[in-house]
Amino acid sequence: MESRGTRIGLGIWVALVLAFLYVPIVIICLYAFNKSNVQSWPIPGLTTRWFSPAIHNGDVQKALWLSLECAAMATGAALALGSLAAFGVHRFRFFGREAISFLLVLPIALPGIITGMALSSYFTWWGINLSFWTIVIGHATFCVVVVYNNVLARLRRVPGSLTEASMDLGADGWQTFRYVTFPSISTALISGGLLAFALSFDEVIVTTFTAGAQNTLPIWIFGQIRLGQQLPQVNVVVFLILAVTIVPVALAQRLTRESGILRTE
Amino acid sequence: MKALALLAPPTGAFIAVYIAALVALFVSAFWLVNPFTGIVHTWSLDNFRELWHGGTYHTVALRTIGIAAAVTVTDAVIAFPFAYFMARVAGRKTRAALFVLVLLPLWASYLARVYAWRLILNSDGLLNWTLHKLGLPSAGLAYTNTAVWIVFSYIWLPFMVLPVYAALERIPHSYIEASRDLGAKNARTLRSVILPLALPGVVAGSIFTFSLTLGDYITPLLVGGASSQFIGNVVYDSVLGGGNLPFGAAYAVVPLVIMGIYLVIARRLGAFEAL
Repeated sequence: MESRGTRIGLGIWVALVLAFLYVPIVIICLYAFNKSNVQSWPIPGLTTRWFSPAIHNGDVQKALWLSLECAAMATGAALALGSLAAFGVHRFRFFGREAISFLLVLPIALPGIITGMALSSYFTWWGINLSFWTIVIGHATFCVVVVYNNVLARLRRVPGSLTEASMDLGADGWQTFRYVTFPSISTALISGGLLAFALSFDEVIVTTFTAGAQNTLPIWIFGQIRLGQQLPQVNVVVFLILAVTIVPVALAQRLTRESGILRTE
Repeated sequence: MKALALLAPPTGAFIAVYIAALVALFVSAFWLVNPFTGIVHTWSLDNFRELWHGGTYHTVALRTIGIAAAVTVTDAVIAFPFAYFMARVAGRKTRAALFVLVLLPLWASYLARVYAWRLILNSDGLLNWTLHKLGLPSAGLAYTNTAVWIVFSYIWLPFMVLPVYAALERIPHSYIEASRDLGAKNARTLRSVILPLALPGVVAGSIFTFSLTLGDYITPLLVGGASSQFIGNVVYDSVLGGGNLPFGAAYAVVPLVIMGIYLVIARRLGAFEAL
Protein backbone atom coordinates (compact mmCIF):
# COMPACT_ATOMS: atom_id res chain seq x y z
CA MET A 1 0.00 0.00 0.00
CA GLU A 2 1.07 3.52 -0.75
CA SER A 3 2.12 5.76 2.11
CA ARG A 4 -0.29 8.33 3.47
CA GLY A 5 1.66 11.17 1.93
CA THR A 6 1.61 9.59 -1.50
CA ARG A 7 -2.11 8.98 -1.29
CA ILE A 8 -2.84 12.57 -0.31
CA GLY A 9 -0.55 13.87 -3.02
CA LEU A 10 -2.25 11.72 -5.62
CA GLY A 11 -5.67 12.79 -4.35
CA ILE A 12 -4.77 16.46 -4.80
CA TRP A 13 -3.48 15.73 -8.28
CA VAL A 14 -6.76 14.02 -9.17
CA ALA A 15 -8.75 17.01 -7.92
CA LEU A 16 -6.61 19.39 -9.99
CA VAL A 17 -6.97 17.30 -13.13
CA LEU A 18 -10.73 17.11 -12.68
CA ALA A 19 -10.85 20.89 -12.33
CA PHE A 20 -8.78 21.18 -15.50
CA LEU A 21 -11.23 18.88 -17.29
CA TYR A 22 -14.40 20.56 -16.12
CA VAL A 23 -13.69 24.29 -15.81
CA PRO A 24 -13.92 24.84 -19.60
CA ILE A 25 -17.18 22.92 -19.75
CA VAL A 26 -18.70 24.94 -16.93
CA ILE A 27 -17.47 28.14 -18.57
CA ILE A 28 -19.11 27.37 -21.88
CA CYS A 29 -22.37 26.58 -20.10
CA LEU A 30 -22.24 29.90 -18.24
CA TYR A 31 -21.56 31.86 -21.43
CA ALA A 32 -24.78 30.47 -22.93
CA PHE A 33 -26.59 32.53 -20.27
CA ASN A 34 -24.40 35.60 -20.72
CA LYS A 35 -26.44 38.79 -20.37
CA SER A 36 -24.05 40.80 -22.51
CA ASN A 37 -23.24 40.13 -26.14
CA VAL A 38 -19.57 40.80 -25.36
CA GLN A 39 -17.76 37.53 -24.72
CA SER A 40 -15.57 38.51 -21.78
CA TRP A 41 -15.14 37.38 -18.19
CA PRO A 42 -16.73 37.94 -15.75
CA ILE A 43 -20.13 37.88 -17.42
CA PRO A 44 -22.31 40.70 -16.10
CA GLY A 45 -25.37 38.57 -15.37
CA LEU A 46 -27.49 35.66 -16.43
CA THR A 47 -30.26 35.62 -19.01
CA THR A 48 -32.03 33.12 -21.23
CA ARG A 49 -32.72 35.67 -23.92
CA TRP A 50 -30.35 34.12 -26.47
CA PHE A 51 -32.10 30.77 -26.42
CA SER A 52 -35.13 31.84 -28.40
CA PRO A 53 -33.28 33.41 -31.36
CA ALA A 54 -30.83 30.49 -31.42
CA ILE A 55 -33.57 27.88 -31.45
CA HIS A 56 -35.61 29.78 -34.03
CA ASN A 57 -32.64 30.43 -36.28
CA GLY A 58 -33.47 28.76 -39.62
CA ASP A 59 -29.84 27.91 -40.37
CA VAL A 60 -29.43 26.26 -36.99
CA GLN A 61 -32.59 24.22 -37.45
CA LYS A 62 -31.56 23.05 -40.91
CA ALA A 63 -28.07 22.16 -39.71
CA LEU A 64 -29.40 20.39 -36.62
CA TRP A 65 -31.77 18.33 -38.73
CA LEU A 66 -29.02 17.34 -41.13
CA SER A 67 -26.75 16.37 -38.23
CA LEU A 68 -29.44 14.23 -36.64
CA GLU A 69 -30.25 12.47 -39.93
CA CYS A 70 -26.60 11.78 -40.66
CA ALA A 71 -25.94 10.53 -37.14
CA ALA A 72 -28.96 8.22 -37.32
CA MET A 73 -27.97 6.75 -40.69
CA ALA A 74 -24.30 6.40 -39.76
CA THR A 75 -25.27 4.72 -36.49
CA GLY A 76 -27.52 2.29 -38.34
CA ALA A 77 -24.73 1.37 -40.75
CA ALA A 78 -22.26 1.06 -37.89
CA LEU A 79 -24.59 -1.23 -35.93
CA ALA A 80 -25.03 -3.54 -38.90
CA LEU A 81 -21.41 -3.70 -40.02
CA GLY A 82 -19.86 -3.50 -36.55
CA SER A 83 -21.90 -6.33 -35.05
CA LEU A 84 -21.40 -8.57 -38.11
CA ALA A 85 -17.67 -8.10 -37.82
CA ALA A 86 -17.77 -8.72 -34.06
CA PHE A 87 -19.69 -11.97 -34.51
CA GLY A 88 -17.38 -13.13 -37.26
CA VAL A 89 -14.25 -12.37 -35.29
CA HIS A 90 -15.62 -13.86 -32.09
CA ARG A 91 -17.07 -17.08 -33.44
CA PHE A 92 -14.29 -18.22 -35.69
CA ARG A 93 -10.59 -18.41 -35.18
CA PHE A 94 -8.78 -17.77 -38.37
CA PHE A 95 -5.70 -16.24 -39.73
CA GLY A 96 -6.11 -12.49 -39.98
CA ARG A 97 -8.60 -11.69 -37.24
CA GLU A 98 -6.03 -9.28 -35.86
CA ALA A 99 -5.95 -7.68 -39.29
CA ILE A 100 -9.69 -7.05 -39.12
CA SER A 101 -9.43 -5.19 -35.82
CA PHE A 102 -6.61 -3.19 -37.32
CA LEU A 103 -8.66 -2.41 -40.42
CA LEU A 104 -11.67 -1.23 -38.42
CA VAL A 105 -9.67 0.93 -36.01
CA LEU A 106 -7.81 2.70 -38.82
CA PRO A 107 -10.40 5.41 -39.56
CA ILE A 108 -10.26 6.53 -35.95
CA ALA A 109 -6.52 6.06 -35.46
CA LEU A 110 -5.50 7.91 -38.61
CA PRO A 111 -5.85 11.68 -38.56
CA GLY A 112 -9.37 12.73 -39.60
CA ILE A 113 -8.03 14.98 -42.31
CA ILE A 114 -6.62 11.93 -44.10
CA THR A 115 -9.90 10.06 -43.94
CA GLY A 116 -11.71 13.17 -45.12
CA MET A 117 -9.41 13.90 -48.03
CA ALA A 118 -9.18 10.27 -49.05
CA LEU A 119 -12.94 9.92 -49.20
CA SER A 120 -13.42 13.20 -50.96
CA SER A 121 -10.85 12.37 -53.63
CA TYR A 122 -12.35 8.90 -53.97
CA PHE A 123 -15.84 10.31 -54.52
CA THR A 124 -14.46 12.71 -57.11
CA TRP A 125 -12.71 9.80 -58.81
CA TRP A 126 -16.02 7.99 -59.22
CA GLY A 127 -17.76 11.18 -60.24
CA ILE A 128 -20.00 11.08 -57.15
CA ASN A 129 -21.23 14.49 -56.07
CA LEU A 130 -20.99 15.34 -52.39
CA SER A 131 -24.37 14.82 -50.78
CA PHE A 132 -26.12 13.63 -47.66
CA TRP A 133 -24.93 10.11 -48.42
CA THR A 134 -21.29 11.04 -48.72
CA ILE A 135 -21.46 12.51 -45.20
CA VAL A 136 -23.07 9.30 -43.95
CA ILE A 137 -20.39 7.12 -45.55
CA GLY A 138 -17.68 9.29 -44.02
CA HIS A 139 -19.22 9.06 -40.56
CA ALA A 140 -19.95 5.34 -40.82
CA THR A 141 -16.26 4.56 -41.42
CA PHE A 142 -15.24 5.77 -37.97
CA CYS A 143 -18.44 4.71 -36.16
CA VAL A 144 -18.16 1.01 -37.04
CA VAL A 145 -15.25 0.42 -34.67
CA VAL A 146 -17.20 1.71 -31.67
CA VAL A 147 -20.00 -0.80 -32.16
CA TYR A 148 -17.52 -3.53 -33.02
CA ASN A 149 -15.50 -3.01 -29.84
CA ASN A 150 -18.56 -2.92 -27.60
CA VAL A 151 -20.17 -6.01 -29.07
CA LEU A 152 -16.94 -8.00 -29.25
CA ALA A 153 -16.09 -7.21 -25.62
CA ARG A 154 -19.53 -8.38 -24.58
CA LEU A 155 -19.42 -11.56 -26.66
CA ARG A 156 -16.12 -12.45 -25.02
CA ARG A 157 -17.72 -12.21 -21.61
CA VAL A 158 -20.88 -14.18 -22.33
CA PRO A 159 -20.06 -17.82 -21.57
CA GLY A 160 -20.17 -20.11 -24.59
CA SER A 161 -21.98 -22.66 -22.43
CA LEU A 162 -25.17 -20.59 -22.72
CA THR A 163 -25.34 -21.09 -26.46
CA GLU A 164 -24.46 -24.75 -26.08
CA ALA A 165 -27.18 -25.25 -23.49
CA SER A 166 -29.69 -23.63 -25.82
CA MET A 167 -28.69 -25.89 -28.67
CA ASP A 168 -28.77 -28.97 -26.39
CA LEU A 169 -32.31 -28.06 -25.40
CA GLY A 170 -33.28 -28.28 -29.03
CA ALA A 171 -33.27 -24.67 -30.16
CA ASP A 172 -32.19 -24.07 -33.74
CA GLY A 173 -29.60 -21.49 -34.70
CA TRP A 174 -32.13 -18.70 -35.16
CA GLN A 175 -33.92 -19.39 -31.86
CA THR A 176 -30.60 -19.46 -30.02
CA PHE A 177 -29.72 -16.12 -31.54
CA ARG A 178 -33.15 -14.64 -30.87
CA TYR A 179 -33.56 -15.81 -27.27
CA VAL A 180 -30.02 -16.23 -25.96
CA THR A 181 -27.35 -14.35 -27.88
CA PHE A 182 -29.30 -11.26 -28.79
CA PRO A 183 -30.62 -10.50 -25.29
CA SER A 184 -27.13 -10.90 -23.88
CA ILE A 185 -25.60 -8.39 -26.30
CA SER A 186 -28.52 -5.97 -26.58
CA THR A 187 -27.20 -3.45 -24.07
CA ALA A 188 -23.79 -3.57 -25.74
CA LEU A 189 -25.51 -2.77 -29.03
CA ILE A 190 -27.37 0.12 -27.48
CA SER A 191 -24.32 1.62 -25.84
CA GLY A 192 -22.24 1.13 -28.98
CA GLY A 193 -24.99 2.79 -30.97
CA LEU A 194 -25.25 5.72 -28.55
CA LEU A 195 -21.52 6.30 -28.68
CA ALA A 196 -21.53 6.09 -32.47
CA PHE A 197 -24.37 8.60 -32.54
CA ALA A 198 -22.51 11.03 -30.30
CA LEU A 199 -19.34 10.62 -32.35
CA SER A 200 -21.12 11.33 -35.62
CA PHE A 201 -23.21 14.18 -34.26
CA ASP A 202 -20.10 16.07 -33.21
CA GLU A 203 -17.70 15.33 -36.08
CA VAL A 204 -16.19 18.28 -37.97
CA ILE A 205 -13.03 17.31 -39.82
CA VAL A 206 -14.17 14.43 -42.01
CA THR A 207 -17.49 16.20 -42.54
CA THR A 208 -15.79 19.32 -43.89
CA PHE A 209 -14.41 17.24 -46.74
CA THR A 210 -17.50 15.13 -47.45
CA ALA A 211 -20.29 17.68 -46.98
CA GLY A 212 -19.58 20.10 -49.80
CA ALA A 213 -21.81 23.11 -49.30
CA GLN A 214 -24.06 21.47 -46.72
CA ASN A 215 -23.90 22.59 -43.10
CA THR A 216 -24.07 20.13 -40.26
CA LEU A 217 -24.42 21.71 -36.86
CA PRO A 218 -20.71 21.49 -35.94
CA ILE A 219 -19.79 22.97 -39.31
CA TRP A 220 -22.20 25.83 -38.78
CA ILE A 221 -20.70 26.51 -35.34
CA PHE A 222 -17.16 26.33 -36.71
CA GLY A 223 -18.01 28.84 -39.42
CA GLN A 224 -19.62 31.25 -36.99
CA ILE A 225 -16.74 31.08 -34.51
CA ARG A 226 -14.21 31.72 -37.25
CA LEU A 227 -16.08 34.70 -38.55
CA GLY A 228 -16.97 35.87 -35.05
CA GLN A 229 -20.63 36.16 -35.96
CA GLN A 230 -23.72 35.65 -33.79
CA LEU A 231 -21.56 34.53 -30.89
CA PRO A 232 -24.33 34.69 -28.27
CA GLN A 233 -26.35 32.26 -30.39
CA VAL A 234 -23.26 30.11 -30.93
CA ASN A 235 -22.86 29.86 -27.15
CA VAL A 236 -26.41 28.60 -26.81
CA VAL A 237 -26.05 26.07 -29.63
CA VAL A 238 -22.75 24.83 -28.20
CA PHE A 239 -24.39 24.47 -24.80
CA LEU A 240 -27.26 22.48 -26.33
CA ILE A 241 -24.86 20.24 -28.29
CA LEU A 242 -22.96 19.58 -25.10
CA ALA A 243 -26.19 18.48 -23.47
CA VAL A 244 -27.16 16.35 -26.46
CA THR A 245 -23.81 14.55 -26.65
CA ILE A 246 -23.40 14.03 -22.91
CA VAL A 247 -26.80 12.42 -22.39
CA PRO A 248 -26.32 9.43 -24.72
CA VAL A 249 -22.82 8.86 -23.39
CA ALA A 250 -23.96 8.92 -19.80
CA LEU A 251 -26.74 6.51 -20.76
CA ALA A 252 -24.30 4.24 -22.57
CA GLN A 253 -22.11 4.28 -19.50
CA ARG A 254 -25.02 3.22 -17.31
CA LEU A 255 -25.92 0.33 -19.57
CA THR A 256 -22.51 -1.26 -19.45
CA ARG A 257 -19.46 -0.65 -17.43
CA GLU A 258 -15.79 -1.42 -17.62
CA SER A 259 -12.76 0.10 -19.21
CA GLY A 260 -11.63 1.19 -22.63
CA ILE A 261 -11.90 4.32 -24.70
CA LEU A 262 -13.82 3.03 -27.63
CA ARG A 263 -16.23 1.09 -25.56
CA THR A 264 -18.01 1.57 -22.33
CA GLU A 265 -18.15 -2.19 -22.08
CA MET B 1 -17.82 -20.55 -44.52
CA LYS B 2 -20.13 -18.95 -42.03
CA ALA B 3 -17.32 -16.73 -40.82
CA LEU B 4 -16.88 -15.55 -44.36
CA ALA B 5 -20.57 -14.72 -44.65
CA LEU B 6 -20.43 -12.68 -41.43
CA LEU B 7 -17.18 -10.93 -42.21
CA ALA B 8 -17.62 -10.31 -45.91
CA PRO B 9 -19.99 -7.32 -45.68
CA PRO B 10 -18.00 -5.26 -43.15
CA THR B 11 -14.54 -6.03 -44.49
CA GLY B 12 -15.75 -5.81 -48.08
CA ALA B 13 -17.27 -2.40 -47.43
CA PHE B 14 -14.14 -1.22 -45.65
CA ILE B 15 -11.82 -2.35 -48.39
CA ALA B 16 -14.04 -1.07 -51.19
CA VAL B 17 -14.57 2.34 -49.61
CA TYR B 18 -11.96 3.14 -47.03
CA ILE B 19 -8.84 1.32 -48.14
CA ALA B 20 -9.55 2.10 -51.79
CA ALA B 21 -9.95 5.76 -50.82
CA LEU B 22 -6.61 5.76 -49.02
CA VAL B 23 -5.01 4.27 -52.11
CA ALA B 24 -6.71 6.86 -54.29
CA LEU B 25 -5.35 9.57 -52.02
CA PHE B 26 -1.86 8.17 -52.18
CA VAL B 27 -1.99 7.88 -55.96
CA SER B 28 -3.34 11.37 -56.45
CA ALA B 29 -0.32 12.73 -54.56
CA PHE B 30 1.64 11.97 -57.73
CA TRP B 31 -0.68 13.95 -59.95
CA LEU B 32 -0.64 17.62 -60.78
CA VAL B 33 -3.13 20.41 -61.15
CA ASN B 34 -3.34 22.48 -64.27
CA PRO B 35 -5.01 25.81 -63.49
CA PHE B 36 -7.11 25.56 -66.66
CA THR B 37 -8.03 21.93 -67.02
CA GLY B 38 -8.04 20.66 -63.43
CA ILE B 39 -6.24 17.55 -62.25
CA VAL B 40 -3.74 16.13 -64.72
CA HIS B 41 -3.36 12.37 -64.46
CA THR B 42 0.33 12.07 -65.22
CA TRP B 43 2.83 10.60 -62.82
CA SER B 44 5.08 13.21 -61.34
CA LEU B 45 7.11 13.83 -58.23
CA ASP B 46 6.70 17.59 -58.52
CA ASN B 47 4.45 17.85 -55.44
CA PHE B 48 7.02 16.07 -53.32
CA ARG B 49 9.81 18.10 -54.86
CA GLU B 50 8.02 21.30 -53.97
CA LEU B 51 7.51 20.09 -50.40
CA TRP B 52 11.13 19.06 -50.11
CA HIS B 53 12.46 22.39 -51.29
CA GLY B 54 9.89 24.65 -49.65
CA GLY B 55 11.34 25.73 -46.30
CA THR B 56 7.91 26.71 -44.93
CA TYR B 57 6.67 23.16 -45.34
CA HIS B 58 9.56 21.87 -43.24
CA THR B 59 8.80 24.40 -40.53
CA VAL B 60 5.12 23.51 -40.54
CA ALA B 61 5.79 19.77 -40.47
CA LEU B 62 8.31 20.13 -37.64
CA ARG B 63 5.96 22.36 -35.69
CA THR B 64 3.14 19.85 -36.10
CA ILE B 65 5.25 16.87 -35.07
CA GLY B 66 6.87 18.83 -32.23
CA ILE B 67 3.57 19.96 -30.75
CA ALA B 68 2.06 16.50 -31.21
CA ALA B 69 5.00 15.00 -29.30
CA ALA B 70 4.80 17.69 -26.60
CA VAL B 71 1.08 17.05 -26.19
CA THR B 72 1.66 13.31 -25.91
CA VAL B 73 4.32 13.73 -23.23
CA THR B 74 2.26 16.30 -21.33
CA ASP B 75 -0.78 14.03 -21.34
CA ALA B 76 1.25 11.02 -20.23
CA VAL B 77 2.68 13.03 -17.32
CA ILE B 78 -0.73 14.36 -16.28
CA ALA B 79 -2.50 11.04 -16.80
CA PHE B 80 -0.15 8.64 -15.05
CA PRO B 81 -0.66 9.79 -11.43
CA PHE B 82 -4.37 10.19 -12.11
CA ALA B 83 -4.68 6.67 -13.51
CA TYR B 84 -2.50 5.36 -10.69
CA PHE B 85 -4.87 6.85 -8.14
CA MET B 86 -7.84 5.31 -9.97
CA ALA B 87 -6.29 1.88 -10.18
CA ARG B 88 -4.47 1.54 -6.89
CA VAL B 89 -5.76 4.04 -4.34
CA ALA B 90 -9.43 4.74 -5.04
CA GLY B 91 -12.17 2.44 -3.74
CA ARG B 92 -14.56 0.74 -6.12
CA LYS B 93 -17.17 3.50 -6.09
CA THR B 94 -14.71 6.37 -6.44
CA ARG B 95 -13.04 4.52 -9.26
CA ALA B 96 -16.30 4.08 -11.17
CA ALA B 97 -17.15 7.75 -10.62
CA LEU B 98 -13.72 8.90 -11.82
CA PHE B 99 -14.04 6.69 -14.86
CA VAL B 100 -17.26 8.39 -15.90
CA LEU B 101 -15.89 11.84 -15.06
CA VAL B 102 -12.94 11.28 -17.39
CA LEU B 103 -15.02 9.72 -20.13
CA LEU B 104 -17.69 12.41 -20.32
CA PRO B 105 -15.54 15.34 -21.51
CA LEU B 106 -14.06 13.07 -24.16
CA TRP B 107 -17.45 12.66 -25.74
CA ALA B 108 -18.66 16.16 -25.03
CA SER B 109 -18.51 18.22 -28.19
CA TYR B 110 -14.96 18.79 -29.40
CA LEU B 111 -15.77 22.17 -30.87
CA ALA B 112 -17.47 23.26 -27.67
CA ARG B 113 -14.36 22.51 -25.68
CA VAL B 114 -11.98 24.25 -28.07
CA TYR B 115 -14.28 27.24 -28.15
CA ALA B 116 -14.42 27.28 -24.35
CA TRP B 117 -10.63 27.59 -24.27
CA ARG B 118 -10.75 30.42 -26.73
CA LEU B 119 -13.04 32.26 -24.32
CA ILE B 120 -10.80 31.42 -21.35
CA LEU B 121 -7.51 32.42 -22.97
CA ASN B 122 -8.78 35.63 -24.57
CA SER B 123 -7.17 38.78 -23.23
CA ASP B 124 -10.41 39.58 -21.38
CA GLY B 125 -11.12 35.97 -20.48
CA LEU B 126 -11.16 33.92 -17.30
CA LEU B 127 -7.40 33.27 -17.21
CA ASN B 128 -6.32 36.89 -17.18
CA TRP B 129 -9.12 37.81 -14.81
CA THR B 130 -7.88 35.15 -12.36
CA LEU B 131 -4.26 36.24 -12.75
CA HIS B 132 -5.32 39.82 -12.17
CA LYS B 133 -7.20 38.88 -8.98
CA LEU B 134 -4.08 37.10 -7.75
CA GLY B 135 -2.06 40.23 -8.46
CA LEU B 136 -0.12 38.63 -11.28
CA PRO B 137 0.55 40.15 -14.70
CA SER B 138 -1.70 39.05 -17.57
CA ALA B 139 -0.60 36.18 -19.77
CA GLY B 140 -0.79 36.85 -23.49
CA LEU B 141 -1.55 33.25 -24.39
CA ALA B 142 -4.39 33.91 -26.81
CA TYR B 143 -3.54 32.91 -30.40
CA THR B 144 -0.10 31.45 -29.69
CA ASN B 145 1.53 28.03 -30.08
CA THR B 146 1.41 27.69 -26.30
CA ALA B 147 -2.37 27.99 -26.49
CA VAL B 148 -2.44 25.29 -29.16
CA TRP B 149 -0.32 23.03 -26.96
CA ILE B 150 -2.55 23.61 -23.88
CA VAL B 151 -5.78 23.06 -25.76
CA PHE B 152 -4.61 19.89 -27.50
CA SER B 153 -3.34 18.52 -24.18
CA TYR B 154 -6.72 19.29 -22.67
CA ILE B 155 -8.78 17.82 -25.49
CA TRP B 156 -6.97 14.50 -25.76
CA LEU B 157 -6.20 13.95 -22.06
CA PRO B 158 -9.01 11.40 -21.47
CA PHE B 159 -7.61 9.33 -24.35
CA MET B 160 -4.46 8.91 -22.30
CA VAL B 161 -5.99 8.40 -18.85
CA LEU B 162 -8.25 5.49 -19.73
CA PRO B 163 -5.77 3.08 -21.35
CA VAL B 164 -3.12 3.83 -18.72
CA TYR B 165 -5.68 3.10 -16.05
CA ALA B 166 -6.67 -0.14 -17.79
CA ALA B 167 -3.03 -1.22 -17.97
CA LEU B 168 -2.33 -0.34 -14.33
CA GLU B 169 -5.43 -2.10 -13.14
CA ARG B 170 -4.34 -5.30 -14.82
CA ILE B 171 -1.06 -5.51 -12.88
CA PRO B 172 -1.51 -8.33 -10.34
CA HIS B 173 -0.96 -7.20 -6.80
CA SER B 174 1.33 -10.18 -6.25
CA TYR B 175 3.91 -8.67 -8.63
CA ILE B 176 4.18 -5.62 -6.43
CA GLU B 177 4.40 -7.72 -3.30
CA ALA B 178 7.05 -9.86 -4.89
CA SER B 179 9.04 -6.77 -5.76
CA ARG B 180 8.83 -5.54 -2.16
CA ASP B 181 9.70 -8.94 -0.76
CA LEU B 182 12.79 -8.89 -2.90
CA GLY B 183 13.77 -5.67 -1.15
CA ALA B 184 12.78 -3.05 -3.72
CA LYS B 185 11.80 0.36 -2.38
CA ASN B 186 8.70 2.12 -3.72
CA ALA B 187 10.64 4.07 -6.33
CA ARG B 188 12.36 0.93 -7.56
CA THR B 189 9.05 -0.98 -7.77
CA LEU B 190 7.55 1.89 -9.71
CA ARG B 191 10.47 2.05 -12.12
CA SER B 192 11.11 -1.67 -12.61
CA VAL B 193 7.66 -3.22 -12.27
CA ILE B 194 4.82 -0.75 -12.64
CA LEU B 195 6.13 1.53 -15.40
CA PRO B 196 7.13 -1.27 -17.80
CA LEU B 197 3.78 -2.96 -17.34
CA ALA B 198 1.93 0.33 -17.82
CA LEU B 199 3.82 1.06 -21.03
CA PRO B 200 1.34 -0.60 -23.43
CA GLY B 201 -1.37 1.62 -21.94
CA VAL B 202 0.71 4.75 -22.42
CA VAL B 203 1.47 3.74 -26.00
CA ALA B 204 -2.22 3.02 -26.66
CA GLY B 205 -3.10 6.46 -25.35
CA SER B 206 -0.34 8.07 -27.36
CA ILE B 207 -1.79 6.67 -30.59
CA PHE B 208 -4.69 9.02 -30.07
CA THR B 209 -2.92 12.02 -28.56
CA PHE B 210 -0.25 11.94 -31.24
CA SER B 211 -2.34 11.03 -34.26
CA LEU B 212 -5.24 13.30 -33.48
CA THR B 213 -2.91 16.26 -32.97
CA LEU B 214 -1.01 15.42 -36.12
CA GLY B 215 -4.07 15.68 -38.34
CA ASP B 216 -5.99 18.47 -36.69
CA TYR B 217 -6.48 21.89 -38.20
CA ILE B 218 -9.35 23.21 -36.14
CA THR B 219 -7.60 23.88 -32.86
CA PRO B 220 -4.67 25.69 -34.54
CA LEU B 221 -7.19 27.75 -36.50
CA LEU B 222 -9.34 28.66 -33.51
CA VAL B 223 -6.81 29.18 -30.72
CA GLY B 224 -3.52 29.48 -32.61
CA GLY B 225 -2.01 32.54 -34.24
CA ALA B 226 -0.42 33.46 -37.54
CA SER B 227 2.56 31.17 -36.88
CA SER B 228 0.55 28.20 -35.63
CA GLN B 229 -0.05 26.58 -39.00
CA PHE B 230 -0.21 22.80 -38.86
CA ILE B 231 0.13 20.27 -41.67
CA GLY B 232 -3.64 20.02 -41.49
CA ASN B 233 -4.05 23.74 -42.17
CA VAL B 234 -1.83 23.66 -45.24
CA VAL B 235 -3.64 20.58 -46.53
CA TYR B 236 -7.02 22.12 -45.80
CA ASP B 237 -6.10 25.35 -47.58
CA SER B 238 -4.69 23.64 -50.63
CA VAL B 239 -7.60 21.21 -51.00
CA LEU B 240 -10.62 23.27 -50.04
CA GLY B 241 -9.17 26.73 -50.59
CA GLY B 242 -6.91 26.31 -53.59
CA GLY B 243 -8.50 23.29 -55.23
CA ASN B 244 -5.11 21.57 -55.35
CA LEU B 245 -5.95 18.13 -54.07
CA PRO B 246 -2.75 16.45 -55.35
CA PHE B 247 -0.54 18.85 -53.42
CA GLY B 248 -2.60 18.44 -50.27
CA ALA B 249 -2.49 14.68 -50.71
CA ALA B 250 1.29 14.76 -51.08
CA TYR B 251 1.62 16.72 -47.85
CA ALA B 252 -0.83 14.41 -46.09
CA VAL B 253 1.50 11.54 -46.90
CA VAL B 254 3.80 12.92 -44.16
CA PRO B 255 1.39 12.25 -41.25
CA LEU B 256 0.17 9.10 -42.98
CA VAL B 257 3.66 7.60 -43.09
CA ILE B 258 4.46 8.74 -39.55
CA MET B 259 1.26 7.19 -38.22
CA GLY B 260 1.78 4.02 -40.24
CA ILE B 261 5.18 3.48 -38.62
CA TYR B 262 3.81 4.51 -35.25
CA LEU B 263 0.93 2.04 -35.43
CA VAL B 264 3.22 -0.83 -36.38
CA ILE B 265 5.48 -0.08 -33.41
CA ALA B 266 2.46 0.35 -31.13
CA ARG B 267 1.15 -3.03 -32.18
CA ARG B 268 4.49 -4.60 -31.38
CA LEU B 269 4.36 -3.09 -27.90
CA GLY B 270 0.95 -4.63 -27.29
CA ALA B 271 -0.90 -1.33 -27.36
CA PHE B 272 -3.85 -2.66 -29.33
CA GLU B 273 -4.83 -4.95 -26.49
CA ALA B 274 -5.02 -1.90 -24.27
CA LEU B 275 -7.43 0.10 -26.43
